[in-house]
Amino acid sequence: MENKRKTIIVFSGDLDKAMAAFIIANGAAAMGDKVTMFFTFWGLNILRKARKVKVKKNFMEKLFGWMMPRGADKLGLSKMNFMGMGAKMMKMIMKQKKVNTLPELIETAQALGVEMLACTMSMDVMGIKKEELIDGIDYAGVATYLGEADQSNVNLFI
Amino acid sequence: MPEKHINCRGMQCPGPIVTLFKEIKTLEPGDIITIEVTDFGFKKDINAWCKKTGNELLSLEEKDNVITAKIKKT
Repeated sequence: MENKRKTIIVFSGDLDKAMAAFIIANGAAAMGDKVTMFFTFWGLNILRKARKVKVKKNFMEKLFGWMMPRGADKLGLSKMNFMGMGAKMMKMIMKQKKVNTLPELIETAQALGVEMLACTMSMDVMGIKKEELIDGIDYAGVATYLGEADQSNVNLFI
Repeated sequence: MPEKHINCRGMQCPGPIVTLFKEIKTLEPGDIITIEVTDFGFKKDINAWCKKTGNELLSLEEKDNVITAKIKKT
């Protein structure tokens, strides 16, 4: 069977949804497909570095940055989060069951050559700077994503 | 013919196919790889993976909750 492309829009910044997105991406890459993930709105938080990066921001941007989760390890669950308690419990159970953590899934995706694109418009709106996002990603707009999606036979919005 | 054996017991989806994908890249066509997996979804997954990647599934068996698949790289 010939290799195809898969495109995934990662809109959500919820831990469970982000994990689903990366499990599908890594699975597709392991089937020999080229995968493109387009991170927009809350999904951008998944790509934030865990440490605080010094960048120039205005008041609103600082506020946004402070209120949103800083990176893949800080995300909450879409259901039963209970102020972060739910996410902690879920991570504990997943560790027991030897499920890869989200940071590990991201690392695997990068090793498998999954293309990750950060939506520059969302970055601007939410005041997220390039320096605050993990290395090895690219920056693009909707046209790039649509161009990829045209050549893809599976397209997901998560 | 070189044979390789990989142990993916305890690994969760998509760990086994990711590992298999990486390992099979290091082999030559005609080489055989055996993989052991405990995730029971793998039994169906390995068929789909082989069909998609074009590698040949030589055997697939389940014993004591361990699924063993033998694959020939094509």
